[in-house]
Amino acid sequence: MSRPFLEVEGLAKHYPGRDGRPGAPVFENVTFGIERGEFVCVIGHSGCGKTTILNILAGIDAPSAGTIIMDGREVAGPSLDRGVVFQAHALLPWMTALQNVEFGVRSRWPAYTQREVRSHSVRYLEMVGLGHALDKKPAELSGGMKQRVGIARAFAIQPKMLLLDEPFGALDALTRGTIQDELLAIVRATGQTVFMITHDVDEAILLADRILLMSTGPRARIAETVAVDLPRSRTRASLHHEARYYEIRNRLVDFLVDKAAKKEPVAS
Amino acid sequence: MPVARRWRSVLVSFVILVLVLGAWQAATHSEEAAAVVDPAYAALVGNAAASGGKTPFPGPGEVAAQLWRHLQDPFYDRGPNDKGLGLQLAYSIARVLTGFLCAALVAIPLGFLIGMSRTLYEAFDPFIQVLKPVSPLAWMPLALYTIKDANLSAMFVIFICSIWPMLINTAFGVGSVRQDWLNVARTLEVPRLRTACKVILPAAAPTIMTGMRISIGIAWLVIVAAEMLIGGTGIGYFVWNEWNNLSIANIICAILFIGLIGMALDVLLARAARLVSYRE
Repeated sequence: MSRPFLEVEGLAKHYPGRDGRPGAPVFENVTFGIERGEFVCVIGHSGCGKTTILNILAGIDAPSAGTIIMDGREVAGPSLDRGVVFQAHALLPWMTALQNVEFGVRSRWPAYTQREVRSHSVRYLEMVGLGHALDKKPAELSGGMKQRVGIARAFAIQPKMLLLDEPFGALDALTRGTIQDELLAIVRATGQTVFMITHDVDEAILLADRILLMSTGPRARIAETVAVDLPRSRTRASLHHEARYYEIRNRLVDFLVDKAAKKEPVAS
Repeated sequence: MPVARRWRSVLVSFVILVLVLGAWQAATHSEEAAAVVDPAYAALVGNAAASGGKTPFPGPGEVAAQLWRHLQDPFYDRGPNDKGLGLQLAYSIARVLTGFLCAALVAIPLGFLIGMSRTLYEAFDPFIQVLKPVSPLAWMPLALYTIKDANLSAMFVIFICSIWPMLINTAFGVGSVRQDWLNVARTLEVPRLRTACKVILPAAAPTIMTGMRISIGIAWLVIVAAEMLIGGTGIGYFVWNEWNNLSIANIICAILFIGLIGMALDVLLARAARLVSYRE
């Protein structure tokens, strides 16, 4: 059996307690794999360490135990191989939308000329529908547009894997729907491998091929894995007509309401 | 209506000015009627006795006339004790700017370093905390002794008083750059130096500019006192010299100009701060 593209094994994180000794782990024994081209969502209550896991995958936080292997190489520190879309968009406010994207592109391809950097960046901003807002500062953009710039910035460096930390959490429902559709289209077109955190059950069912359910911390772990075996052509409009949709949805909601808090992991 | 309100405040300002000038005029006018002069004393001191043996506090009219004379020929130079007000102000501004710029050259890079490293921050902190509250003039004798040049000593005093706000603000600004922004640079594998120039510097720039604004304000306060000590040139020396001449009108003119220049320096830096500010 071949190994998955991304392999996370025995991941744990604990912070020092008040007496200086390591406290109870936020999460432990987190083990999962992601295949190339797969879209995986993680759902769990606040405080279960989802964001910490994503930050460890991004290389900006270090695990207390466990290993991560991506594409045959251990993940130790940040890398342009993994593009991150941050929860609060994290655009640099003194740069225009275009400069924000160029910032990453220039770092990815240092040999590019100014014109190559620009045309490459413009292409990705056009992809998220922001061709008209290249020279706008983040403060002049709406919440949805800011998050689109963040997505363009992550895609523009053509990472092997995309990490999204509740990217639509701060958006209103309408905008969120539109950007979900856009993201889905881009991911399908590029065959991008994606790891995404969300707390929105419907968002997870719409986007993910597989959903990891995390129990509540401390000592959080991946309690269940739900395969979303709906046709990949599903859209927001058609989703609730799928026969299996409510079955999956009920399973997720049941988990979040009842089982997440239970200490022992449910058989997955 | 913002425009109407603006005019209203201009009107109130004008009324305040008129009231102050009126009160001033009234206060100085009554004083003039004073005193019988002893003829022997009058013979001794000559002209001064004509005004009652005591230099009267000048009224607004007198000061305005004096001001007009200064404005007509601000840059004349008739020897060490008689230079135009503009020339004296120019000396002071040159000293302040030199000391201030030297301080910026030291404080901003050093503040950057301190802000980047928790260890350095804590190592430098006790020195900064002890030296910061020292009146800059307390350094004057040390400066005179070591530098042996009055002019350079004044600049050193400006340097030492402008360094602290810039140092502290730079360190604070650099140290409190949003972690999100630094994470962006890290995940994009942006080299450290580029991160410093493209992320940390612009993020901290408004805080640094605030420090510079505080510094130039303090420097302009201190230069007057420093020049009173070193003598020779500068607006501080001018004020002291006119005190010795008992020319109160000249002192009032100088105060007015010190205020105006101080305001101009502040406005200039506020403009510069607006260039580097950003909205989130």
